[in-house]
Amino acid sequence: MKRLLLSLVFLVTGCATTGEGDPRDPFEGLNRGVYRFNETFDNIVARPAATAYRDFVPRGVRDRVRNFFSNLSDPLIAINNLLQGKVNEALDDGWRFILNTTVGLAGIHDVATDLGLEKHNEDFGQTFGRWGADPGPYLVLPILGSSTLRDGIGLAADWYADPLGEIRPINLRNTVVVVRGVQIRADLLEAGRLLEEAALDKYVFQRDAYLQRRRSLVYDGRPPRERFD
Amino acid sequence: MKLALSLTLSFLAGLLVSPHAYGQQPPDVLVRTVTLEVVDLIASDREIKAGDRAKLISLIDAKVLPHFNFESMTALAMGQSWRKADAAQKARLVQEFKTLLVRTYASALSAYSDQKLDFRPLRARPTDTDVTVQVRVLQQGAEPVAIDYSMEKTAAGWKVYDVMVGGVSLVASYRTEFNNIVRDSGIEGLIKNLDSKNRSLEAAGAQKR
Repeated sequence: MKRLLLSLVFLVTGCATTGEGDPRDPFEGLNRGVYRFNETFDNIVARPAATAYRDFVPRGVRDRVRNFFSNLSDPLIAINNLLQGKVNEALDDGWRFILNTTVGLAGIHDVATDLGLEKHNEDFGQTFGRWGADPGPYLVLPILGSSTLRDGIGLAADWYADPLGEIRPINLRNTVVVVRGVQIRADLLEAGRLLEEAALDKYVFQRDAYLQRRRSLVYDGRPPRERFD
Repeated sequence: MKLALSLTLSFLAGLLVSPHAYGQQPPDVLVRTVTLEVVDLIASDREIKAGDRAKLISLIDAKVLPHFNFESMTALAMGQSWRKADAAQKARLVQEFKTLLVRTYASALSAYSDQKLDFRPLRARPTDTDVTVQVRVLQQGAEPVAIDYSMEKTAAGWKVYDVMVGGVSLVASYRTEFNNIVRDSGIEGLIKNLDSKNRSLEAAGAQKR
């Protein structure tokens, strides 16, 4: 089985690697292809949409849209904290959801943060990581971007459990999912510009930053220190 | 007599260590002072708010740069490749990397807009010479962004040698890139690469104004 997987890897990457690839990124050839596709998609569709959203929708409205989607994500964050044995954090997330849904008017105001209940960042990829799963090979997913085998499986679980998936009719669900996508991309406009400016090789810079970021998230910002040589 | 001697000795010892002991702010105080000063200066400067990048960079040059150790940063970002560079190359690498980092830092700072800052209490022993100072940027509808400054104690005060944003180390993010370029085109190739990156950023910045 392992040998089959390995030969598949070589089949996919054989044409593009120079033999000195990064061991964390065995599919680099394929990933770079998807990365180029994503960049084109971003240039033509996602970034223009996000820029228009930022430029034409007033900040107060955008903040409320962000809060609304953020609130809907809190129950799943609570579940993931629970699955990781972090009961207090899970309770905080539960309180956040209750407070913001009621006092915060369906989540458009993040009153919980003002009361000192901070938002957490959890998902199934992090839960699997906490349970001991290694990230596995780095993957660039179409449209969705940086991921790993572990985080990709986690993402599928996140989507399965996403409350937005329950919205009917389907047209409305799709619209809401697109609005959320635009909102997320709009929040990343500055980061994208920074990456553009800072990186010598954007693909490598983004990959390394993503892998560090996910490692840090799995350990809730306190990863064991890596040795610099 | 014995007392007088020991007093004299401890006075002498005090003189010897005083530039270190009294001339240095604790690292967390240093980070807070500098951060608040820079944030205030930016908030009260109309030209910087209007996007004057050159002025922002000169502000960073004056207020922030003295607290960074760019040689350590460059050496860490280069990893094993650092040893392959000679003294002249090292000096050029530090200079180019510094220019790039300052530009990136200016870009990141100009994205800052009145979010609340939470300066975390320092968790370190007084004898530590390598500490992490944590600042968090609080925001609504999203988890706080952690900014961790890795700092080392030097004769000239505490110096930052890495910045981690949201768990991503600036220095480590460059390491693979740098090593790839050194592997493919040597130290000179990396210097050229950094130089042309800086030039193109400068040109783009000039165009915007």
